Amino acid sequence: MTIKTEIREGGPATSRSASRRSHGEAPFRFLSTGAGVLLLGIMAAIAVFLIGEAIPALRADKGNFLTELTWDPNSSQVFGIGALAFGTVLSSALALVIAMPIAVGVALFISHYAPRRLAGPLGYLIDLLAAVPSVIYGLWGVAFLVPLLREPSQWLNDTFGWFPLFAGEGAIGGKTMLAGGIVLAIMILPIIAAISREVFLQVPKMNEEAALALGATRWEMIRMAVLPFGRPGVISAAMLGLGRAMGETIAVALIFPATFGISFQILTPQGNSIAANIANGFGEAGDIGRGALIASGLVLFIITLLVNMAARMIINRRKELMKADT
Amino acid sequence: MTTIQHISTGRRLKDRMVQGLVYLAFALAVVPLVSVLWLVISNGLARFDMTFLTHSMRGIGARDVGGGAYHAIIGTLEQVLLSSLISVPIGLLTAIYLVEYGNGGRLSRAISFFVDVMTGIPSVVAGLFVLAFWILFLGMPYSGFAGAMALSILMMPTVVRSAEEMLRLVPDDLREASYALGVAKWRTILKVVLPTAFTGIVTGVMLAVARVAGETAPLLLTVFFTDSINNDPFSGPQMGLPLYVFDQAARPNDTAIDRAWTGALTLILIVMLLNLVARLIAWWRSPARGR
Repeated sequence: MTIKTEIREGGPATSRSASRRSHGEAPFRFLSTGAGVLLLGIMAAIAVFLIGEAIPALRADKGNFLTELTWDPNSSQVFGIGALAFGTVLSSALALVIAMPIAVGVALFISHYAPRRLAGPLGYLIDLLAAVPSVIYGLWGVAFLVPLLREPSQWLNDTFGWFPLFAGEGAIGGKTMLAGGIVLAIMILPIIAAISREVFLQVPKMNEEAALALGATRWEMIRMAVLPFGRPGVISAAMLGLGRAMGETIAVALIFPATFGISFQILTPQGNSIAANIANGFGEAGDIGRGALIASGLVLFIITLLVNMAARMIINRRKELMKADT
Repeated sequence: MTTIQHISTGRRLKDRMVQGLVYLAFALAVVPLVSVLWLVISNGLARFDMTFLTHSMRGIGARDVGGGAYHAIIGTLEQVLLSSLISVPIGLLTAIYLVEYGNGGRLSRAISFFVDVMTGIPSVVAGLFVLAFWILFLGMPYSGFAGAMALSILMMPTVVRSAEEMLRLVPDDLREASYALGVAKWRTILKVVLPTAFTGIVTGVMLAVARVAGETAPLLLTVFFTDSINNDPFSGPQMGLPLYVFDQAARPNDTAIDRAWTGALTLILIVMLLNLVARLIAWWRSPARGR
């Protein structure tokens, strides 16, 4: 071991002496470092240019950008992110609530329940869900899911209409928050399941076997050994899924009817999101309109950035913990 | 030896119930996949013919039968190729930096963290960035190349992550053997490390390509629309297959909806093919790995 580290530390030294003979070392090192720095630069440039192009539009805004519900940058120039941000949060929260139990179930299935030989191919099947392009989920949602949900929605409304989420009079079903939420749930399920699966597979075999040896059933073993160990991983997986759901564009652009208002009724035809509004509004946007859309995109960028950074920090802390353990 | 106590019925029932739920969750997750594939294939086959694959939408009226996605297929292929040309060198070099030169220093940790964060950038934001920078700030026109830049931003983190993982799998013994022979570090990387990790990197790149080939939102903001064939990705609006599906799906006529389904079928065939080939390469590389 000591010999090994010695040689590794000697690596740069030998290459330094060798670099007199070969002129490639410094340029190559520079190139690869430069590529990494370029990546950081791109992240910074995204923030800078989004802000730069959003400012003129924000100056022209005749409403309060953060609280205004209407979105009319092209004629009256009154626009705000209020309704859109609300729609983004509600639809992704809905997606998360639907996807979480199923994703954790899938992860447990692949890691602890499925026959060993089948676990690989079955996991690949779930990964395929992520390979289906967003626009196809949108098409599927409009053509298949929306008609399918009509009767269950009516039933939910009749039976549980007192519950604010299921409330609403008149038109029930159609292009609703529920339809959008389900499509989003399907799209974020693979990433949540994949990360949870990885964490569940990393649970020390000793802990599991100790639980089993104490007479625990499989579920009790999972509850005592697997779930507590996997909790941080599952939480960050959920947050990554949330970030995905909030940024998802085309599928919800096809499904949401692009209304502007704040309503918790997920069974009535209404709904919108920042991303969907960008896709739907870009075609007819003028100068101010484009700037306004960029401003809304900036808000989306900041929200998803925060969610992702938080998720990554939880994962990284876990990684360090595990390194400390071994 | 004492007799082993039986597990009480309540605990056993609970165990069984959870097992049932876990199986149910998996079944529930597979249902949409099957449903999507079934619908795309059954609805898409109707127009999946030579006209569709070899004609554009030029001169096709709202209610006309016929028309195709040739212009969109060409556009998608060119845009994806261009975005790979941009993102693969940058991504690969970044991975090399992280694995070979970074040494866990401050810069490498920052890059590593932001590569992870970058995977979470919404695709529409990548499109907005290129729109703000390339089209509004620099005053360039909508073009396939602008779309390729947006796609490359989405590809880069995936390429970095997969390449990094593959480079780390290369045993240190190989590197040290090369150093011991007096070979410079950069030549070792080029001649020993990269060839060893090559198939794995190819797999990662193909998965990244498959991911961006289906992206619609960034194209919408950077490539714009056209119904005509435009073979030049550097000038004028192009079309992309996902964009074509989005465009046709938003039209109210049945003929357009049919074209949307066939476009979806073509797109899914391309993406799944890329995916499958990538996984096959990965599987062929490591037949012993269980998952």
